[in-house]
Amino acid sequence: MNAETAVECAPRTAQAYKSSYKPIWCPGCGDYSVLSSITKALAKLGPAPEDVVVVSGIGCSSRIPAYTTCYGFHGVHGRALAAATGLKVARPDLMVIVAGGDGDGYSIGGNHFLHACRRNVDVTYVVMDNHVYGMTKGQPSPTTEPDWDSKLSPGGTGLRVFHPLVIALAAGANFVARAFSGDPNGTADIIAQAIRHPGFSFVEVLSPCVTFRPEQRSWKDQVHAAPVAPTDDPARAARRIMTDDGFNIGVLFAGNRPAYPPARPAPTATIEDLEAEFAL
Amino acid sequence: MSALAASRNMPATLDDFMAQAIAMEHEAALRYEELADTMETHNNVEVAQLFRRMAAIERKHAAELMSQMGWSAAPVAPGTIWERDGGEGPESVASDSVHYLMQPYHALQLALANEQRAVQFFADLAVSTDGVVRHAARTLEAEEREHVALVKEWLARVPKPAEDWAEDPDPPRYTD
Repeated sequence: MNAETAVECAPRTAQAYKSSYKPIWCPGCGDYSVLSSITKALAKLGPAPEDVVVVSGIGCSSRIPAYTTCYGFHGVHGRALAAATGLKVARPDLMVIVAGGDGDGYSIGGNHFLHACRRNVDVTYVVMDNHVYGMTKGQPSPTTEPDWDSKLSPGGTGLRVFHPLVIALAAGANFVARAFSGDPNGTADIIAQAIRHPGFSFVEVLSPCVTFRPEQRSWKDQVHAAPVAPTDDPARAARRIMTDDGFNIGVLFAGNRPAYPPARPAPTATIEDLEAEFAL
Repeated sequence: MSALAASRNMPATLDDFMAQAIAMEHEAALRYEELADTMETHNNVEVAQLFRRMAAIERKHAAELMSQMGWSAAPVAPGTIWERDGGEGPESVASDSVHYLMQPYHALQLALANEQRAVQFFADLAVSTDGVVRHAARTLEAEEREHVALVKEWLARVPKPAEDWAEDPDPPRYTD
């Protein structure tokens, strides 16, 4: 995020970023807390709602833009990062937050995810990962465990799970963190740090689906704070993430790769100069 | 278990303490309102009304505290002094603790747990502080005890749900 986007000591509360639309998620869904965390993070940073754009794709979690008072773009399935990248490059003065789920971001949008990390445009990507396609009634997603048994995947898919944090790191994301929806204030802190950090920031939020994965209610007993401080060494971060139990919460990597596009000097040519350049 | 963070600085002045207490009440009210909205969306009107009522009680309590302090607007609370999973105040319902088929009994159980945590919080705070802050903590502890009694009265008037209260004859999980 650009320094000028943040207003220090702004008086806005989290409520100032919540719209009058009422979420229609299932009661108990982790996405309620994530919405609260995003608005709390914005309250910490204090931008005017009209200086923030929340971009999403399709899915339960992708409903978030409507629940904020910021500008919103509820786009095509899996394509939120493409829209957000274009927006940020065209309007670097805006704070751009992308929100979505694991199906939207890692399956349909998997290719955009890789290249958003690689490009390192200054946007923050918050993925509410519940290891299932909730909106379409419970199909396995890329992060679903291989042995998760359901009517739609009898005996489980048997497929290796997608590891979003390691992939983000390998593809070049400049900030990688894991959060838990049951820790709304901690998640707000992490999202605020992600927004402040230059370049592409990726926050994977474990957000239980109480309808199709009710067993995820036990995540609250499994999560724990990451035992070490964030590193700026991608190799060290990769080792940590590959060997953790999947429930380490905190900032795991904070790199120092410059964001794209690089700052350019202000144009000095006048209209007359340009006309002279193109004169026949 | 105490909700008081032993590692954090206790409020040194009455203003700091009351700002914390008011923030706690506001946060609790906001969560009850969010849950009431959720239950309305899912047509659980009875529980929605109950959550709305709890929100009103928390708002009223916050307004009384502000009035006592002669404040017209809630001050910015200094860093929180409570410690709880999720970092939320002792009186806030965890947003994942609800179910679309929950009944007033369940909602009141959540409210009771909140009020009991608040009693414990202020009791612990009274032990960790002195002077006017201790006096104010004792007063608030007593007020929260009144809320505990009120919720218990309500609980005595609602039926205990049957074992199969969460069984839905028309579940959203059509795949099962």
